[in-house]
Amino acid sequence: LREGEVSKMAGADGDDSLYPIAVLIDELRNEDVQLRLNSIKKLSTIALALGVERTRTELLPFLTDTIYDEDEVLLALAEQLGNFTMLVGGPEYVHCLLPPLESLATVEETVVRDKAVESLRKISQEHSPVDLEVHFEPLVKRLASGDWFTSRTSACGLFSVCYPRVSSTVKAEIRQHFRTLCSDDTPMVRRAAASKLGEFAKVLELEYVKSDIISLFTALASDEQDSVRLLAVEACVSIATLLPQEDLETLVMPTLRQAAEDKSWRVRYMVADKFSELQKAVGPEITKNDLVPAFQNLLKDCEAEVRAAAANKVKEFCENLPEDNREQIIMTHILPCVKELVSDTNQHVKSALASVIMGLSTILGKDNTIEHLLPLFLAQLKDECPEVRLNIISNLDCVNEVIGIRQLSQSLLPAIVELAEDAKWRVRLAIIEYMPLLAGQLGVEFFDEKLNTLCMAWLIDHVYAIREAATCNLMKLVEKFGAEWAQNTIVPKVLGMANDPNYLHRMTTLFCINALSKACGQEITTKQMLPVVLKMSNDQVANVRFNVAKSLQKIGPILDSNALQTEVKPVLEKLASDTDMDVKYFAQEAISVLALA
Amino acid sequence: MRAPGLELWRSGKIVAHLPHRSELCATFLSCLSQSICSLQICVFTNLSNLCHHLSLSPVFAFACLDVPAAEQPELFLKKLQQCCTVFDFMDTLSDLKMKEYKRSTLNELVDYVTVSRGYLTEQAYPEVVKMVSHNIFRTLPPSDSNEFDPEEDEPTLEASWPHLQLVYEFFIRFLESQEFQPSIAKKYIDQKFVLQLLELFDSEDPRERDYLKTVLHRIYGKFLGLRAFIRKQINNIFLRFVYETEHFNGVAELLEILGSIINGFALPLKAEHKQFLVKVLIPLHTVRSLSLFHAQLAYCIVQFLEKDPTLTEPVIRGLLKFWPKTCSQKEVMFLGELEEILDVIEPTQFVKIQEPLFKQISRCVSSPHFQVAERALYYWNNEYIMSLIEENSSVILPIMFASLYRISKEHWNPAIVALVYNVLKAFMEMNSTLFDELTATYKSDRQREKKKEKEREELWKKLEDLELKRGLRSDGIIPT
Repeated sequence: LREGEVSKMAGADGDDSLYPIAVLIDELRNEDVQLRLNSIKKLSTIALALGVERTRTELLPFLTDTIYDEDEVLLALAEQLGNFTMLVGGPEYVHCLLPPLESLATVEETVVRDKAVESLRKISQEHSPVDLEVHFEPLVKRLASGDWFTSRTSACGLFSVCYPRVSSTVKAEIRQHFRTLCSDDTPMVRRAAASKLGEFAKVLELEYVKSDIISLFTALASDEQDSVRLLAVEACVSIATLLPQEDLETLVMPTLRQAAEDKSWRVRYMVADKFSELQKAVGPEITKNDLVPAFQNLLKDCEAEVRAAAANKVKEFCENLPEDNREQIIMTHILPCVKELVSDTNQHVKSALASVIMGLSTILGKDNTIEHLLPLFLAQLKDECPEVRLNIISNLDCVNEVIGIRQLSQSLLPAIVELAEDAKWRVRLAIIEYMPLLAGQLGVEFFDEKLNTLCMAWLIDHVYAIREAATCNLMKLVEKFGAEWAQNTIVPKVLGMANDPNYLHRMTTLFCINALSKACGQEITTKQMLPVVLKMSNDQVANVRFNVAKSLQKIGPILDSNALQTEVKPVLEKLASDTDMDVKYFAQEAISVLALA
Repeated sequence: MRAPGLELWRSGKIVAHLPHRSELCATFLSCLSQSICSLQICVFTNLSNLCHHLSLSPVFAFACLDVPAAEQPELFLKKLQQCCTVFDFMDTLSDLKMKEYKRSTLNELVDYVTVSRGYLTEQAYPEVVKMVSHNIFRTLPPSDSNEFDPEEDEPTLEASWPHLQLVYEFFIRFLESQEFQPSIAKKYIDQKFVLQLLELFDSEDPRERDYLKTVLHRIYGKFLGLRAFIRKQINNIFLRFVYETEHFNGVAELLEILGSIINGFALPLKAEHKQFLVKVLIPLHTVRSLSLFHAQLAYCIVQFLEKDPTLTEPVIRGLLKFWPKTCSQKEVMFLGELEEILDVIEPTQFVKIQEPLFKQISRCVSSPHFQVAERALYYWNNEYIMSLIEENSSVILPIMFASLYRISKEHWNPAIVALVYNVLKAFMEMNSTLFDELTATYKSDRQREKKKEKEREELWKKLEDLELKRGLRSDGIIPT
């Protein structure tokens, strides 16, 4: 594909429709990155227009030769080539895609390389077993023995996709290559190998898992760099799943125990982070004997980062304990640690715990929850850190299921009321969102008595998000308690705010009407709400006036045509000739939506 | 859990045989150090009691220098062993007396290696390395703030600094001592030691990184066998920094050391060194936190170019490849570095890269960010660069002209417009014929460009039609 040839191509074919393709190919050489990028993204169109043969013999060599480009262009190219199989003539010719992808798999930029590997993995599946051995596997070998670390890193991700489909001789070679990379000189390659160890183990025959993988796993898990060791922890999950129970103790556990007590907090963190997976992989017996004490240690770790990761897993870990003595293990071993974490010095730890601690109530049942957990919840609800309080509030419902709303409201309501006036608006927001649920379960009477004032107070909060949430909350309450309740308790207060000196509060009236009109029905809307809205069209503040237009548009469909024509239409027409352009705009919009023109 | 040594001393058996004060000290120390080594932290209260005795008695001034010369090496070893004990400084109340005791002991050690002669017996080497390793090698704690921003946040200072500083101080004096023999030390200061040392450069405490810099510099200077290894490991740290984590606190310090290492490279440069320049130093420019180490990085780059001017082209092409697209602050840094490079560029090299280079400069000059435009326009105040531009004005002027002409009419910032006028004037004086020609064709050139732009738009439209017509999407060949 030399320059000039493209236009010839278009001419020779005598087909005008090929002209854009010709230009597109020229654009692949343009100086402007963005134009090259646009063109690369249309690569499949180019290939399709060229036909499979010219794509193989001209386009792909051209792309392979000009691979020095901006990483952004290369990334797009790497991605495109993964979907090119049909465009080069189907699985029979898919190996033509290997040379450009091989070059892309050696570039420095990680995202490009990763994308190239992803595409290679994808097209590996489209190779026949023979092609895999003739074309694909040699490529993997070349990458695995490349000079610069990037190619070896890329190779790590390709072993597992070709291993299952090649002959046993080639399999032995692949295992050998993987072994070599696991003890590579550069930590980057060892990290890549360690991160693929689990995946590779899964495609290996069990005998080789025992003979090869375990020794690699043990070596990587005691690497001099903690960044390598921590990746071995991840692999541990897959490996443990593959081995029969009786081998776990000798082959995996010594390494896992060592990792849980590693001198680097990053490794311990990884163990804590993967704890549930590890627990499932090693089974109930080992969990009881080994993981429970290990988990206790992680919950008491000297590094807050590790404690937080472990605290995050408390619920899952307890859930997955063997049922026969779950409660006993939790009560005697886990709960004491949890109690200490409630007053941890680090807020991330407390907040991690708060996000899961409520889940323990389902596992421990009503009595234990009331006796042991409620004091902890209360302590966390009063925590100085807003995130901790927030996490507790957002999970109230699971406790509710266990101990019932009465019990919950008796012990927690005072704290909730306090939080409804919390200085942090996100905390107030969380409380609001919990309100409809609470209202539904407490019933009207209890609600009116204890919570209604709060709900109304939020309407004049100084944070918009809270006012907005409060409006939405009212709508949900009306849906629960009905129109009559709304008419008696809510609507008068809402409409009263229309005369507030603060224009933000006056607007809140409009927002409430928008939200409530549908739930309240035609009668209340027409008789009580509409007059207030119409009156507000004379407001001094333009923002209020255009919100009147918006409100009318919103409640219009609920009104009957008489009210629309005689009351709404004149007001909208007046607003449509307002001096303010926004008011005009929204009035006109309302007129056209309501078809009043 | 009682240490046997302690018992021995308490029972007074040894004391009875050793009337000399200093020997008494030595024996006591030996007992003490044995106990420290063998005891867990939890039984320190025992030792604190002991220290209490100690602090009461002025006899135990423990200055090595007061002890007869013959016994000093022995005492030195003992003190080294003692200092292997590491204290928890996060707990500010624990072991206060022991901490103070260790601090004064470390001070004595520092004085001792500075003043004494003949102290470095062969046995001392492993003990020194052991003591230093026990104290400085540790897993660095996680950063306090989740997203530690070295430009904004205060670094977390190392709590154990009162001890750590003295250990570093001691180690540097040891390495710098006239008696120090690398041939013996290399058995103990090995690859593993260096690797751990390099990891410490990630420390958030700038004081520690400063000491580490000196330590590594000394080691690089004295241990020829470790040099290649050190360079390779620094490579690895940088590559991990660029391509994996984007986090490493000691990049500036390591680059500073490399600056002087590069200075000492022999000519012609080895392939390994060139690879380091192209594959490690240039990609370091892509990192978000470039501003923290840019000065050191630019210094390294210029060092390379002064050694071997033929590297200019790959370096400049590399910088152009990684030219910042969205970060104006980084763009200004790139322009600064480029000027440093141009200051030392050879005219023959300049000719090779002038086209792509000035295409970029022309883009910078027309940047709406006035600091970027200004920085680029300052090139015209540099006499050497001006002379290069003048020699090649027939190539550079056509590249620059359109941008300059346009900005002179429409840049929002009056200072930039003024600068551009100066540049245009300079060009006019350089090559008035070409300048007039370009002015004359400016309009038609713009029209041609616009036409091309229009054609391109049409192309895309046609392409869409083509796709629709052929129903490519419906065939499922092209993923949507």
